[in-house]
Amino acid sequence: MRFTLEVWTQASRDEEGHFERYDVDGIDPDASFLEMLDELNARLAAEGKRTIAFDSDCREGICGMCSLTIDGQPHGPNQVTTCQTFMRDFEDGATIRVEPFRSGAFPVVRDLVTDRSALDRIVQAGGYVTTKTGPKPDPNAAPVPPAVQQKVMDAAACIGCGACVAACPNGAAMLFTGAKVTHFNLLPQGQPERASRARSLVLAMDAEGFGGCTNYGECARVCPQEIPLDVIGMLNREYRRGARREDDTVGTRT
Amino acid sequence: MILDAKIPEGPIEEKWDAWLDAHRMIGPGNRPGRRVIVVGTGLAGASASASLAALGYRVDAFCFQDSARRAHSIAAQGGINAAKDYASEGDSIRRLFVDTIKGGDFRAREANVWRLAQLSANIIDQAVAQGVPFNREYSGELATRSFGGVLVQRTFYARGQTGQQLLLGAYSALQAQVAAGRAHVHNRHEMLDVVIVDGRARGIIARNLVTGEIERHVADAVVLASGGYSNVFYLSTNAMGSNVTATWKAHKRGALFANPCFTQIHPTCIPQTGEYQSKLTLMSESLRNDGRVWVPRDPNETRDPNDIPEEDRYYFLEERYPSFGNLVPRDIASRAVKAVCDEGLGVGPVKRGVYLDFRDAIARQGREAIAARYGNLFDMYRRITAVDPYHEPMQIYPAPHYTMGGLWVDYELQTTIPGLFAIGEANFSDHGANRLGASAMMQCLADGYFIVPRTVTNYMATLDGSVSPDEPAFAQTEREVVERIERLMGIGGRTAPQVFHRQLGQIMLDKCGMSRNAEGLQEAMREIAAVREAFWSDLFIDGRADELNPSLEYAGRLADFLELAELMCLDALRREESCGGHFREEHQTEDGEALRDDEHFAKVTAWAHTEDGRPVPHDEPLVFNEVALATRSYK
Ligand SMILES: Cc1cc2nc3c(=O)[nH]c(=O)nc-3n(C[C@H](O)[C@H](O)[C@H](O)COP(=O)(O)OP(=O)(O)OC[C@H]3O[C@@H](n4cnc5c(N)ncnc54)[C@H](O)[C@@H]3O)c2cc1C
Ligand code: FES
Repeated sequence: MRFTLEVWTQASRDEEGHFERYDVDGIDPDASFLEMLDELNARLAAEGKRTIAFDSDCREGICGMCSLTIDGQPHGPNQVTTCQTFMRDFEDGATIRVEPFRSGAFPVVRDLVTDRSALDRIVQAGGYVTTKTGPKPDPNAAPVPPAVQQKVMDAAACIGCGACVAACPNGAAMLFTGAKVTHFNLLPQGQPERASRARSLVLAMDAEGFGGCTNYGECARVCPQEIPLDVIGMLNREYRRGARREDDTVGTRT
Repeated sequence: MILDAKIPEGPIEEKWDAWLDAHRMIGPGNRPGRRVIVVGTGLAGASASASLAALGYRVDAFCFQDSARRAHSIAAQGGINAAKDYASEGDSIRRLFVDTIKGGDFRAREANVWRLAQLSANIIDQAVAQGVPFNREYSGELATRSFGGVLVQRTFYARGQTGQQLLLGAYSALQAQVAAGRAHVHNRHEMLDVVIVDGRARGIIARNLVTGEIERHVADAVVLASGGYSNVFYLSTNAMGSNVTATWKAHKRGALFANPCFTQIHPTCIPQTGEYQSKLTLMSESLRNDGRVWVPRDPNETRDPNDIPEEDRYYFLEERYPSFGNLVPRDIASRAVKAVCDEGLGVGPVKRGVYLDFRDAIARQGREAIAARYGNLFDMYRRITAVDPYHEPMQIYPAPHYTMGGLWVDYELQTTIPGLFAIGEANFSDHGANRLGASAMMQCLADGYFIVPRTVTNYMATLDGSVSPDEPAFAQTEREVVERIERLMGIGGRTAPQVFHRQLGQIMLDKCGMSRNAEGLQEAMREIAAVREAFWSDLFIDGRADELNPSLEYAGRLADFLELAELMCLDALRREESCGGHFREEHQTEDGEALRDDEHFAKVTAWAHTEDGRPVPHDEPLVFNEVALATRSYK
C-alpha cells in the first residue's frame, strides 16, 4: 500500500511546529500504524534525515503510551489505541494527517510526543485508597458482588492515554477522573475516603487547566477501553455528595 | 570468589521470620534523612518505592516512560499465584514451593522460593486493600483459575488485565507517597550508570530524556527494578523499550550476572507474519485452560481447520503428556510446538504455527462463559489478525517472553556490590531454569512490598554518613557516561540501530533460543562480535544529544544488548546439560526431553566482568533438602 502523510513536526516545546509531507509505499496492509511510521523512520534514517519522534511502548493497547491524532481523531478511526490501528483500515493511496494529542494540558515535547504528566497529578490528589504495606484483612471478609466488580473493572480498565482529553472540545479530563472515582467509590475499600475523593480530584483537574464538561460525549466515543459515559454522572454525583458532607475539610470548586 | 547467599539458619519454614526478628532497624526520626533510589516503576519498583516511602525514607524512583504507570508490567495478562487454597483443594505454601522448584527444573534456591510461597497470600490481601478488582465468584468471594505446570487453581486474576490492575494498585500507592512529599518520580529519565563510592553503591547517573541533561543522583542504597532482557531477541512479547542497560551497567561495575542463558520462550503468541513486525503479542497462558492445542496429522492438509474431523487432528500435548495435557509448563509446550513444526506439521503461511482451539469449550460451556473469561484476549486476537477466534481456532507460535537470568542476589536481594539491590525480573532469584505462569508478578510484589523494604533498612542501618554529588566518583562516572554518548553520536555511519538489532535477534533466536548446541553457540559468539563491530563503525543516529532523541536511546540500549548476548551464549555453552528453558541438543533423553546433569550443574553460574573482556564464572552450589532432586515429568 502507499500513503501520503502530513506529519506534525516540532523541534521542542517552545518552538513553532508545522506539517511535513512524506510519501511512503510498499507498506504491508497488516502493519500497524506505528510499524508504518517505523518503516518511514527507517527510510529517513537510511537517507541520513531526521526521524519523527513518537511515543509507544507495549504496542498491544494496554500501556497508554501511544498517542497520535490521526485525521483529526485521537488514536484514529477505530476506537482502539494507535498501536492497534492497522494500515488495512485505510484506503490505499490515502493522505493521512498525523498530529500529537491536542490539549492545553498536554504540551508538545517534540513532534508527536506530548507531556501528559497532568494525569499523574490528578491521581496524586486522591486517586487511591490510603493504605500502607502490611497485614490486611482477608479479602473474602468483604465480599464484592460480581456485578459490582464488573462495573468497577469497566472503569478501572482505563489506560490513562488521554485520548478523552484530546477529543473533548473543552479539553476536559472528566472521563479519566470519573473512571478513577467510579473504581474506588464503588468498592468497600474505597468508602473511608469517599467523601473527599471526588472533590479533591476535581480540584486537581481544574488546577491543571483541564476544561469543564458540557456533555459532548466525544471522550467516550474515542476511548479505546470503552469507558462508559456513566462514570461522569457518577463523578458529578459523588462530587455533590462530598460537598454536602460537613466533616469534609477539602475546599469547594470555584 | 565465594558466593555467600546469606541464607539464615534453621528450618525452612522459619528462616524468614528468624531473619526479620534479627534484622537491624532505623528509628522513624532518622528515616527522612535516608535516601533510596529505585530504578524502575514496574510491579517490583513501584511496590518497593511505595513501601519504602511509607516507612519514611526519601525515595527517588526512575522510569523511561512518560508515566510510572506505563512500565512493562502493565501488559501482564493472565494472573498471579498465591497459596490461599480458596478453591479448597488442599493447596499450601509447601505445594506452591514444590511446584515452583520443580517447575524451575531444580535450578533455584530453596530458601528464596519458600519465602516467595510464604508471602504470596499477603500480596493478594495487600492488593485487595488497595482496591485491585480481582474477579469474583457469584458469592462475592475471590475467583481463581489454573495455570500451566500445576494441578490446583491458585491463580487470581482481573479479567485478562491482571498486570494492569496490580500495577495500578502499586502505582497509586506510589502516587500517594508523591503527594505526601516522600517519593519523587523522575519519568522520562534513563539510568546510564551506577556510582560506586568506597565499594558501595551511592547513586546513579541518569539522562533526562527530554532535555538530554546528564544528572547525578545520590542515595544511601540503590534498588534496580528494571525488568528483563527478552528484547535481546529483537522480537519478543516485551514492550519496545524493555532493555538490559541498568543491570548491564551494574554488571560492568562489579555486580555478578547469574544464569544469563536462562530465558523463557512462551508457547502461545501470535505468529510473526512479516519483516515489518515490531513485536510479538502474547496470548495468555490462561487460554490453555480451555483451548486445545493441535495440528493436522497430514503435513499436506489443505482443509479449513473447522472441516478437519477429529481423527485427522493431532492433539500432541494431550497425547504426549496425558496427566497435564494442554497445561504442561511453558518450556515443554514450546519445545513440543517447535518439534511438530520441525516435522512439517505446522499451519499458517510459513508452517510455523499450531492451532489453539476453543470449539469444544464453547460447545460445552457456551460462548458467554468463554467470553467472560477471555473476552479481551479474543478481541485482541481478532484486532491483530482479523480472524474471529470464537469461530476459527487461533494460530500460535512460541516467542521470547521472560528472562529467569539476571543480577545475582543473596537472600537479602543484594547484589555483589554492597548497597545495590535487584528485584523483580531484573534479578535471577526464584524461577530457576523455567518460570511457571503467574509467578513473575508474585515474585515482583513479594520482593517490592515485603522483602526489599526490610533488607534495605537492614543495610542502611549500618551506614554512617552520606556522600555528596561532588565526590570524584560521581564526576568520573558522569564523564564516562558523557563520553559514551559522544562516541555513539560521533560514529557517523549510515545504518540505523534497528538494522543491527534485527541481525542480533536472528542470531540469538536461531542459536541461543529454544534449542542450542555447542557449535551453534560458538558460531553465534563470532557473529555477535561481528555485528557489534559493524554497529560501532557504521551506526547512524539522527538529531542531537541535548534533546528528546529516540534513536540515541535505542542505540545505547542496543549497545548493551550486543554485549549481553555474547555472555548468554558463553553461559549456554558452559552449561553442559539441558534444564528448563535451556535445551542443549547434546543432552536429551531418548524421547527428546531435557536431560539434567545434577552432579555437575546443580548450581548457579554467576559471571564477573573483567577488564580484559573475558568474563569469569563463579558457582553457587544449590542444595536440595526439602524437595528430592528428580526428573521432571508431566506425563
Ligand atoms: C505480555 C506479557 C504478559 C505477562 N503475563 C504475566 C502473567 O499473567 N503473570 C505473571 O506473573 N507474569 C506475567 N508476565 C511477566 C511479568 O509481567 C514481568 O515479569 C513483570 O511484570 C516484570 O516486572 P518488573 O517490575 O520486574 O519490571 P518492568 O515492569 O519491566 O518494569 C521495568 C521498569 O524499569 C524502568 N527502567 C528500565 N531500565 C531503566 C533505566 N535504565 N533507567 C530508568 N528506568 C528504567 C522502566 O521504565 C520500568 O518502569 C507477563 C509478561 C508479558 C511480556
Ligand atoms: S503502545 Fe501501549 S497502548 Fe499503544
